[in-house]
Amino acid sequence: MSSSPDKLVYMANQIGKFFQSQGRDRAVQGISEHIWKFWDPRMRKQIFAHLDAGGTGLDPDVRDALQKLKQQA
Amino acid sequence: MSLIQETDFGTPKSKSETMVTLTIDGNQITVPEGTSIMRAAMEAGTQIPKLCATDMVDAFGSCRLCLVEIEGRAGTPASCTTPVMPGLVVHTQSERLKQLRKGVMELYISDHPLDCLTCAANGDCELQDMAGAVGLRDVRYGYEGENHVFAKSHGCENDNWMPKDESNPYFTYDPSKCIVCSRCVRACEEVQGTFALTISGRGFDSRVSPGMNESFLGSECVSCGACVQACPTATLTEKSVIEIGQPEHSVVTTCAYCGVGCAFKAEMRGEEVVRMVPWKDGKANRGHSCVKGRFAWGYTTHKERILKPMIRERIEDPWQEVSWDEALNFAAAKFKGIQQKYGRDAVGGITSSRCTNEETYLVQKLIRAGFGNNNVDTCARVCHSPTGYGLSQTFGTSAGTQDFDSVEDTDVVLIIGANPASAHPVFASRLKKRLRQGARLIVIDPRRTEMVESPHVKALHLPLMPGTNVAVLTALAHVIVTEGLADEAFVRERCDWSEFEDWATFVAQEKHSPEATAIMTGVDPKVLREAARIYATGGNGAIYYGLGVTEHSQGSTTVIAIANLAMATGNIGRPGVGVNPLRGQNNVQGSCDMGSFPHELPGYRHIAGDAVREQFEAMWNVKLNNEPGLRIPNMFDAAIEGSFMGLYVQGEDILQSDPNTKHVVAALSAMECVIVHDLFLNETANYAHVFLPGSTFLEKDGTFTNAERRIQRVRKVMTPLNGYADWEVTIMLGKAMGFEMNYAHPSEIMDEIAALTPTFAGVSYARLDELGSVQWPCNEKAPEGTPVMHIGGFVRGKGKFILTEYIATDERTGPRYPLLLTTGRILSQYNVGAQTRRTENVVWHAEDRLEIHPHDAEQRGVRDGDWVRLASRAGETALRAEITDRVAPGVVYTTFHHPDTQANVITTDFSDWATNCPEYKVTAVQISPSNGPSDWQKAYDEQARHSRRIAPVVEAAE
Repeated sequence: MSSSPDKLVYMANQIGKFFQSQGRDRAVQGISEHIWKFWDPRMRKQIFAHLDAGGTGLDPDVRDALQKLKQQA
Repeated sequence: MSLIQETDFGTPKSKSETMVTLTIDGNQITVPEGTSIMRAAMEAGTQIPKLCATDMVDAFGSCRLCLVEIEGRAGTPASCTTPVMPGLVVHTQSERLKQLRKGVMELYISDHPLDCLTCAANGDCELQDMAGAVGLRDVRYGYEGENHVFAKSHGCENDNWMPKDESNPYFTYDPSKCIVCSRCVRACEEVQGTFALTISGRGFDSRVSPGMNESFLGSECVSCGACVQACPTATLTEKSVIEIGQPEHSVVTTCAYCGVGCAFKAEMRGEEVVRMVPWKDGKANRGHSCVKGRFAWGYTTHKERILKPMIRERIEDPWQEVSWDEALNFAAAKFKGIQQKYGRDAVGGITSSRCTNEETYLVQKLIRAGFGNNNVDTCARVCHSPTGYGLSQTFGTSAGTQDFDSVEDTDVVLIIGANPASAHPVFASRLKKRLRQGARLIVIDPRRTEMVESPHVKALHLPLMPGTNVAVLTALAHVIVTEGLADEAFVRERCDWSEFEDWATFVAQEKHSPEATAIMTGVDPKVLREAARIYATGGNGAIYYGLGVTEHSQGSTTVIAIANLAMATGNIGRPGVGVNPLRGQNNVQGSCDMGSFPHELPGYRHIAGDAVREQFEAMWNVKLNNEPGLRIPNMFDAAIEGSFMGLYVQGEDILQSDPNTKHVVAALSAMECVIVHDLFLNETANYAHVFLPGSTFLEKDGTFTNAERRIQRVRKVMTPLNGYADWEVTIMLGKAMGFEMNYAHPSEIMDEIAALTPTFAGVSYARLDELGSVQWPCNEKAPEGTPVMHIGGFVRGKGKFILTEYIATDERTGPRYPLLLTTGRILSQYNVGAQTRRTENVVWHAEDRLEIHPHDAEQRGVRDGDWVRLASRAGETALRAEITDRVAPGVVYTTFHHPDTQANVITTDFSDWATNCPEYKVTAVQISPSNGPSDWQKAYDEQARHSRRIAPVVEAAE
């Protein structure tokens, strides 16, 4: 009912919407940094898995930010 | 130990910097201009007799006991109302003065009962003291004449006599002992600002009257206790003093209720508290108090306190009382078992914002170093976590910028989403005092709160629709920028100029104007423009805000918008201005400072930072996990998903206080071991397997940090009824799990905190004893602490402007749920009510009510006092309605102090984008008439009753 992946997608998109007004580059950077700083590893693992499975529902900036974060990890 | 005697200087201190020298009784004395002769004499050590004067209120000059002679001046002026002048020669004692004073006292005593031996004020009566001071030996008038003392005079009813008013649960009013000095009336006006008391009648008919000759309980009186404190006789006396007698020693400590952090003297007889009296040297409260801190401490010895540890295998079982060892070993075995089965990260804990800094620090240490993960969070998650995020991003520190004294220099006060009159009453009194002196007030709140209109206070009110804070604040910024009201010089010097330009361009867009956003916010554009102009140009502008800002999907964005406004108008970095989050609980600031958030170590430093983490590793002698842990809402999700199975909760009732109760129930039920460490079997304990009895603030040593960043001592005045202070219990739990923490006293824990945290480097118990209190940062650069932050520059370097796009919450009204519910607090109750519901405070607020506008009520056929069903997408409950136009049409409001209402059954899973702080303040609901409690409430009540059973102890057979 509650958690993964819908809820995580919702949370990630919510973060994305805050950064949207800062322009694409800064948004991608801001989103990935935010998720790295505040999400527990199991949450990140789940969203990466969702991303690998097609990432349905993720906004474009958020998708890019997660790709970037995943590569760093 | 002895009773702390505070000197009463008779009249308030003068703030003047011009000094005046005069001679009193042959001694030269130099005092600030504007000081009264009475005060000057007291500062020199001479106490002039007085009754109507006290230094908490302005001089009044009515008792005529403080007369003095001044060379070259005719007559005998009152020393309380006569200011010092250079070269005055004053005599406080002469034949004439002696005769006059004796005559005055003779008249007072001729109309006063002579029951001193059995009087509650015996030993603490200024009238008695003055009779002694002036040498009164005889009352020539006798006691038979017209009087207020006797119920019958000469065999007839005495119309002047009035019976005692015992309506207030905490103090009595005995009119027969009143000398009509007006100290109570003036305290109510000047200190508290409620204006509940007056003097009715004239001359001999003068009486202290609550409201229009009402009872104290029936009047506007808010029971702050200022009148009782001011009363020089037994007219207004604490019922506890009447019952117990006068205290014999006192200890200064800090209130455990809200984030104002009032300092109190706990006045004791042995280990029994006789009364709590606000301490005049307390820098947060300056001698004032509210009904909670002053009177509502009865919960500390309430019969429902659980004093023995208890365990059970399943939550359906009754509790078994066991020894401490058995309970701790049971808990440790469960937690270790869970970690073996589900992994190291499957357990965690929640630190308490009601416990001390030292206790909070230990719990996070136990989790990080003992459990070996970072699954630690605190109730600030659900209140002020967006403050931490927003202010650290913009200014560089996760805390308010000012001290409370700062309000005395403020010209414009902007209150957003806070109701200090109910939630931070002592600060509200200090604020109202400044407003009566002429400062202006703007209130942004969906509801017409007590702050909007009160005696001699009228705010400019922006009644916005819940959830539109960012739109309103960005519109304020739009006006400031487009009308050229920004403080460009300040911004150029202190902030990043190009970021400011980006921001200014952003807010100047037409879509952010008050006119364009009015359709969403509901705020009259003219009023909004006026508010922006007043804040930007009205002198020192200070913003105070509360949970109406943070508890939204855009909570962090709103905090950032507030910071932007303050920077753009130059309202940062000096007394009288600033951004001031009003913290809910006594130690919310402290629990955040102490590293209670899963991503950061004490002092707000990210866990991934190697250098900082290595310092902690060296001190604690363990390897720490460098990944952030779960936040409270994430813990619940992970529990339901099956990867988080054990939780240690210290002093926090997450089931009642967290949103979407059904979700929390599901999460707690999924866990294999929940340890509740608390005073009472709270709602969370219904789902717990281990109960560890907690201790109250009266039973332990430590420190609390209030909303001003002020670290104050909490001092033990009685032995813990449960046997151990909470910090000792955490140490024992760690030991049972095989993690040793060795401290003999909380001061040693503070020494460790100071060694590891640069902003606390100068803090020690010795320093706190010496200075009374200290505001962090306290270190080499600021050895006495930092009352005002960001002077001359921001902590992060340049102040950072960040764009704040308004994004409407996804919690929307619609045909099924057409109204918006918002929640708040009431003066007499505190948070989930676990403490205040167990005191006489329930006489003011016995149940939560739903405030609804007459229009919405009529449409639904709801009358005042009716039971109504309150339903949202998350759940439904029932409570009684109160019809009022304090709320706008379309908005309803309730408090969340009572578990049987369960307001959080209604609130949803939506949360702040940055911190997951829940969106308590906006829920789409529908209201309909109802016959009583809902099925959910009945089922909940049944479960709670069942779960609270304690098995009878079986005596072993011989």
